[in-house]
Amino acid sequence: MRKRSLIPIIYILFLMLPIYWLVAMSFKTTGEILSGFSLFPQTFTFDNYRVIFTDPTWYWGYYNSILYVSLNTVISVSVALPAAYAFSRYRFLGDKQLFFWLLTNRMAPAAVFALPFFQLYSSVGLFDTHLAVALAHCLFNIPLAVWILEGFMGGVPKELDETAYVDGYSFPRFFISIFLPTIKAGVGVAAFFCFMFSWVELLLAKTLTAVAAKPIAATMTKTASSAGYELGLLAAAGTLTIIPGAIVIYFVRNYIAKGFALGRV
Amino acid sequence: MAKITLSKLRHSYLPHPANIQDYALKEIDLDWQDGGAYALLGPSGCGKSTLLNIISGLLKPSSGRILFDDRDVTDLPPDQRNIAQVFQFPVIYDTMTVRENFAFPLRNRGVDEDKIASRVVQIAALLEVEDMLDIRASNLSPDNKQKVSMGRGLVREDVNVVMFDEPLTVIDPHLKWKLRSKLKELHQRVGATMIYVTHDQTEALTFADQVVVMQEGEVVQIGTPVELFERPQHVFVGHFIGSPGMNILPVTLKDGEVLFENHVMALEGPVIGSGGQLQLGIRPEFISFAENGIPGQVYKVSDVGRHSIVEVVVGSSHIKAVGAGQMPAKGDWVNLAFRQDHTRLYRDGWIATEAQT
Amino acid sequence: MKTENQKAWFFVLPVLLLVAFNALVPIMTVVNYSVQETFGNNVFFWQGVDWFEQILRSERFQAALGRQFLFTASILIIEVPLGIIIALSMPRQGIWVSVCLVMMALPMLIPWNVVGAMWNIFTLPEIGLLGYLMNNVLGITYDMTQNPFAAWVTIIVMDVWHWTSLVVLLSYAGLVSIPDAYYQAAKIDAASPWKVFRYIQLPKMKTVLTIAILLRFMDSFNIYTEPFVLTGGGPGNSTTLLSIDLVKIALGQFDLGPAAAMSLIYFAITLLVSWLFYTLMTKDDRK
Repeated sequence: MRKRSLIPIIYILFLMLPIYWLVAMSFKTTGEILSGFSLFPQTFTFDNYRVIFTDPTWYWGYYNSILYVSLNTVISVSVALPAAYAFSRYRFLGDKQLFFWLLTNRMAPAAVFALPFFQLYSSVGLFDTHLAVALAHCLFNIPLAVWILEGFMGGVPKELDETAYVDGYSFPRFFISIFLPTIKAGVGVAAFFCFMFSWVELLLAKTLTAVAAKPIAATMTKTASSAGYELGLLAAAGTLTIIPGAIVIYFVRNYIAKGFALGRV
Repeated sequence: MAKITLSKLRHSYLPHPANIQDYALKEIDLDWQDGGAYALLGPSGCGKSTLLNIISGLLKPSSGRILFDDRDVTDLPPDQRNIAQVFQFPVIYDTMTVRENFAFPLRNRGVDEDKIASRVVQIAALLEVEDMLDIRASNLSPDNKQKVSMGRGLVREDVNVVMFDEPLTVIDPHLKWKLRSKLKELHQRVGATMIYVTHDQTEALTFADQVVVMQEGEVVQIGTPVELFERPQHVFVGHFIGSPGMNILPVTLKDGEVLFENHVMALEGPVIGSGGQLQLGIRPEFISFAENGIPGQVYKVSDVGRHSIVEVVVGSSHIKAVGAGQMPAKGDWVNLAFRQDHTRLYRDGWIATEAQT
Repeated sequence: MKTENQKAWFFVLPVLLLVAFNALVPIMTVVNYSVQETFGNNVFFWQGVDWFEQILRSERFQAALGRQFLFTASILIIEVPLGIIIALSMPRQGIWVSVCLVMMALPMLIPWNVVGAMWNIFTLPEIGLLGYLMNNVLGITYDMTQNPFAAWVTIIVMDVWHWTSLVVLLSYAGLVSIPDAYYQAAKIDAASPWKVFRYIQLPKMKTVLTIAILLRFMDSFNIYTEPFVLTGGGPGNSTTLLSIDLVKIALGQFDLGPAAAMSLIYFAITLLVSWLFYTLMTKDDRK
């Protein structure tokens, strides 16, 4: 047993190494970085973080990202819930085809949609808005949310629904006060995956925004090319983007082992 | 063949048990005769599965020893104890055919292929699954899967003890009797010691020659099904076995006489011991309605087909009687007669009267 | 049991509208462009299947497609067995389990451009941790901006770093759902650890592994940001994978016709191979 657990330990060390390097670099001055190699910051500095917290172009980036990610998660999960319910409880004309079509959207290369989305969202006047990115990400997140929720709902016996009707519940009341609490693990997993995908995606987020809704990812790439490698600053910005992810995982840590199987083990 | 001896066996699931409550098995000293068919009967949580796993070697006891034919096997792993175990749900290798499932334990031990082939055919015939030998195990019905589980256990010729841990749990009710009789037949043909763990008394009483009744980590009584029915050593046995179970009535001892609701009770024999909480035990089958007896009012009559169960209220106790034919109706006043040779006194749960032979 | 109810369409309507808006309208646009030519000013000329032919015949496309398959095959060969091995070596219960899982999940929640940037900084020849280690400590010349092989190794290692945890988490979820009785029976049957893996664990992990492999195939086949930020597709075009090339043509050169044709071919290939994978992996369930 003891020897075997060496494997996960080595793996985690491997995972943490680049992250450590990023964090270490964020506390160095650009001068120190470019002058040579040092494992640990020689001159520990908060300058890079100071810039990010005081310069609007930077901190607005975080705000924008969080905004459209939250927007997308709420939209995706909300519309996915009734749809997943329909798929799990009812048979209707074209249900299998519809479900399959939804899944094929998850398979689409984002690159294929870059230009069309640019044109589409510009033409409806949504270019450079948070809503645009939130809606665009729905293409991938809604099918995923429906698939996850349908898996969890399949584990809830129909008798629960029937008992509620016999007891006189109207459908909305039943759904909100009885059904939802039963599948709250599934809702959590679906929300987690929606958040995760929307937070990490860059191509569409960058394509659909310019200034007003520019995500932090775009700000970072702009800095890399134009200001010519302010590595310390980039590292600090990058480090800060890891934090929301870490917080979210912390909240779902108890569900990670089981929930990751998306209710389909 | 193996005689199994359990000596001073105790087991706790906690790393540092503090008191007796922390032990799943409190103290077991037991001898299992070679080739016998035993049932381990008891309610959930009584320790029967723990005991089974200790015998098979899947669990190492906190203290005590296990001997197979006077050989200490306490430290031997399961694959060296010549045992087989069948679990609550069919445990089969889904990707293999029935034939490969049966061959698996033999192949792992390096038995040569000819021997394996003949043995597989033998076992398949025994379990009546010859026509399924080349079907993938995962495609069978649950009862056939369970048969494959059993077959895999029995395929090794050196198996001395076969253990069944509630094996009929997932089987359809109408197929249970079929598998039950198959198990009985298996015991007669194979001749190994078989231990059958269950909480269902019908399964236990139909399969076993000897039943070991357990409660809360202790063995309460060992006996044949008849003995357990006729003369329960413990109120738990009386209550658990029989349908409905034995009536257990609070009594007091005064001037050498046992009193129930101020009636003097005639017991099977002289009273042993003193002190403790006293209870009277009598099975519903041995209570009849007579001209003279203990008066009570009929509370409920349940007709279960072949007989009826009449529940009579005497004082603050509900007494159940079983009979066929004309039964009193609800609300009637009746007199209950207790058969003396089946009326027993129990002290702190344990039998406290001597039988008159 | 499901009941038949056509009114269920109302439940599905919001989803349908949102996804259709995002999928159908753009696809129709793409199809439109793929069969036409324009010289600007919104004037279009019918081209038929010319763009498709041109793309399929072009060396540039074929090279990018080849690179893409090479990339996807490489990461699948590494990530799937590695993920399974790590999942197998993790304890089935205990407090360290959630700690491990949380730390393993972290790479998957980092924005993809930060992943690329992180590995960029990590591998800089003189001043990055890995770069320094390779060049100055181990004495291996390593410079991803000069050497295509180094660039390839880096993008593959980066993807392994990024996504193996997905396989680990899914495999682990499958493993912990196996009841103890199977392991107990295997002990009694004197089965070796390899046989336990082959006949008990692997079959029981089939569902989750199918999900893992499909997801990894799809996402690696469609990958864009991480390699783009790391290498920009270079040196030269040695790491220009399919998405990178497509974005270059579509958003860089605004060659609508070829970009559209390439998009459709790309999407079709993804769908086809995914379908093939899925059919192959679930064929036993249909026997």
